[in-house]
Amino acid sequence: MTQAQREDTGTSVEQTGRAAGGSRTGSGGMGPLGWLRWGWRQLTSMRTALILLFLVALGSVPGSILPQRGQAPEKVAEYLAEHRTLGPWLDRLSLFDVFAAPWFAAVYILLFVSLAGCVIPRARQHWRAMRSAPPPAPRRLSRLPQSASFRTDRDAEQVLAQARELLRRRRFRVAEGADSVAAEKGYLGEIGNLTFHLALLMLLLAVAAGAMLGYRGNIVLTEGGAFANSLAYYDQFTPGRRFDPDRLAPFSIRLEDFRASFVTDPGPQQGQALDFTAEIFYRERPDGPEKPYDLKVNHPLGVGGAKVYVLGHGYAPRFTVRDGKGDVAFRGAVPFLPLEQRTFTSEGVVKVPDARPEQLAFQMVFWPTAVADTRNRQIVSRFPAPLNPTVSLMTFKGDLGLDSGVPQSVYRIEGIGKTLQPVRDGSAVLKQGETFQIPGGAGSITFDGVQEYVSLAINHDPGRGPALAAAVLAVAGVIVSFTVRRRRVWVRAVPGEDGRTVVEIGGLTLGNPTAEFDDLVAALRRDDPPADEAAERSGAGSADETEE
Amino acid sequence: MADSDLANLSDQLALGAVLLYVVAMVGYALDLGFGRRRARAEAERAEPVEALVGAGGGGVAEAPPAEASAASAEEEGAERVERDWGRFAILINLLGWGAHLGMLVTRGLAAERWPWGNMYEFLSAIAFAAVTAYLVVLARYKARFLGAFVMVAAVLALGVATIWLYTPVGPLVPALKSYWIAIHVTAAIVATGAFTVGGAATILYLVQSRREERGASGGALDMLPGAQTLDRLAYKVTVFSFPIWTFAIIAGAIWADEAWGRYWGWDPKEVWSFVTWVVYAGYLHARATAGWKGRRAAVISLVAFAALLFNFFGVNYLFSGLHSYAG
Repeated sequence: MTQAQREDTGTSVEQTGRAAGGSRTGSGGMGPLGWLRWGWRQLTSMRTALILLFLVALGSVPGSILPQRGQAPEKVAEYLAEHRTLGPWLDRLSLFDVFAAPWFAAVYILLFVSLAGCVIPRARQHWRAMRSAPPPAPRRLSRLPQSASFRTDRDAEQVLAQARELLRRRRFRVAEGADSVAAEKGYLGEIGNLTFHLALLMLLLAVAAGAMLGYRGNIVLTEGGAFANSLAYYDQFTPGRRFDPDRLAPFSIRLEDFRASFVTDPGPQQGQALDFTAEIFYRERPDGPEKPYDLKVNHPLGVGGAKVYVLGHGYAPRFTVRDGKGDVAFRGAVPFLPLEQRTFTSEGVVKVPDARPEQLAFQMVFWPTAVADTRNRQIVSRFPAPLNPTVSLMTFKGDLGLDSGVPQSVYRIEGIGKTLQPVRDGSAVLKQGETFQIPGGAGSITFDGVQEYVSLAINHDPGRGPALAAAVLAVAGVIVSFTVRRRRVWVRAVPGEDGRTVVEIGGLTLGNPTAEFDDLVAALRRDDPPADEAAERSGAGSADETEE
Repeated sequence: MADSDLANLSDQLALGAVLLYVVAMVGYALDLGFGRRRARAEAERAEPVEALVGAGGGGVAEAPPAEASAASAEEEGAERVERDWGRFAILINLLGWGAHLGMLVTRGLAAERWPWGNMYEFLSAIAFAAVTAYLVVLARYKARFLGAFVMVAAVLALGVATIWLYTPVGPLVPALKSYWIAIHVTAAIVATGAFTVGGAATILYLVQSRREERGASGGALDMLPGAQTLDRLAYKVTVFSFPIWTFAIIAGAIWADEAWGRYWGWDPKEVWSFVTWVVYAGYLHARATAGWKGRRAAVISLVAFAALLFNFFGVNYLFSGLHSYAG
């Protein structure tokens, strides 16, 4: 037999030994029930829980490295376009939806089952321990981590009575033995520990329930525009799986004015935003009174069980477009997408499907404070506020393709070079109030002015409150479990050979020895005259290292 | 005083704090390096006392021979010098801490807000929290041996902050304008500072436990306490910071609910605070689990600390997310 083979046998023997010691009930193998029990024991063991815990941590990492659909779907699309071979594989592994991935769910559900399987029996056990008497004194108290002994002239009964009183006063639970007193306290520590773990379970359930019963949606609201809380008004709407759209609260919001202020002092921080305020009016129900509210970034509006947040803002330049026949084909404000927060250079498009004889479209860039960058011979924005609003435009005519039924982005023109053709000399730069005559008598466009818009998020999450309660419980639990420790003290008093009473005291604390034990010993000895024999003590030396 | 004067004062105090910390670091290092003879002397002196106790007061102790007493006198002289290094280091450290505190206060006064609105201020505050945590540990557990290591961390942090992350005093972006900055960011700063001290103790524990296993002795490491003491110290500090970190995450979630419309959205910062939390939780459990306690648990604690550091540097500079206030 080679060395390797021998080692192999050794290992297998060891493994069998562990299995047998673990859960084999009869002599004839484990049987299905035995295997189940073995599996359960493995799952609820601390080692498995630790491994699952690390898997959860490890599994979250790709969620921060790769773009996620839940946060930035457009970045996922970009990534997929750039990585044509790797991308689809990552997608198959749900790596763009890590926190909704089946494998991630499998890990954390296993972890929580493991947690429940450990915590619930422990809770039962603790309940029993809290109600039953503290365990009787062990035979040799001097073997305990903390112990002390002394002799006294008082008789044993007196000493034990004093010990009982002393321990009760210190809120120990006390049980009496024949020649001893047993005491225990600090049950709150384990209660804190169990509370912490159960609170985590509660938190998971609250989060899941909130996601299932709630909804979230986004809208864009231009100054003067209004919104009523129904599906038709949302630009984007994500209901929970169990959400009933009929239960949308019937509130409405009107954006009166949007104000932003920025750092004006020259310097590196010039243009940094200082404050955004969306001045809105809202009604809780269609027939209710209209109430004003200042919506700000850290100041959401709660209405009808939902919350309304300002997520962003931007400029919506106003235009009037006349077609080739001289009729007004379009008049209104068009939200532009900001490209940059410091200067608010924005881009957008105006589509005019009503223009005749041909439909018109304009691709534009907007500068709130336009200045000429002489070096690069181009226009830039120097400041995010509209001090010198200017647009540049490029004109297209033809068919916008809006009738094809394929949904289009309001920020992009489709079919350039196919159904839509650029107009020759159709580019221009307009200041507020200026009009551009499109060559070839195709009409004109006037830059009437600028409005601002806000993008709002509206959501309803019924799990929010319970999740907060669970989180608070978890913190309270963990603090209590770290500060309160369960400890036992035994006092035994027996008559010694010389007629004096021998008092032995032993202490056992989960964790480290406590200074409390020394206090107890001192209190028990207080009534004695200074003894000529030195008290033998052990474990007390380390007491100064404890936290309390 | 004008705001710009205050801001300049803050910058100068930062420089002063760095310099004082460097001096304190040297002092602590000298204490470690030359204090070892004292440690041995103490051990030698402790032994006969123990023998006395062990003999139960039987009067076995002999009078020390003349040579020994001469040697101990010499050691005492050396000891005074050595102890002075330690005291000197602590004194300079306290001065540095004062300058550091002044830096944060003047910065806050100059900006008229809590002085943790950007990465420069945040990292300076974390360094301050770490030094404070060390001073607390010093007062409570006499853990002077940690001084040199914590000073290295503080000097590095303040150095990185002033050289690469420096931002002039300025107003907050609207997203940070909330009283939650006082709650959430402060908790994160305190927890990170304490975790740093715990990390230093953990590294020393790993070194010491390996040395003890090999039975090696000699060198500056003799000045360090035993592996078990280091392990216990690291654990205590972590047990202190873990609930605070938990609280910081929860306060962050509440703030996120106010500011961004959801309490948890797996933003990269959220992911990495979660990872940090989970791994520290793993450490706390591992330390009480057979087969995992000891060095394995210590390594887990260091992994958690690495996640914490990555959450600060990596997440802000590699990923774009809602917590990108790096500027």
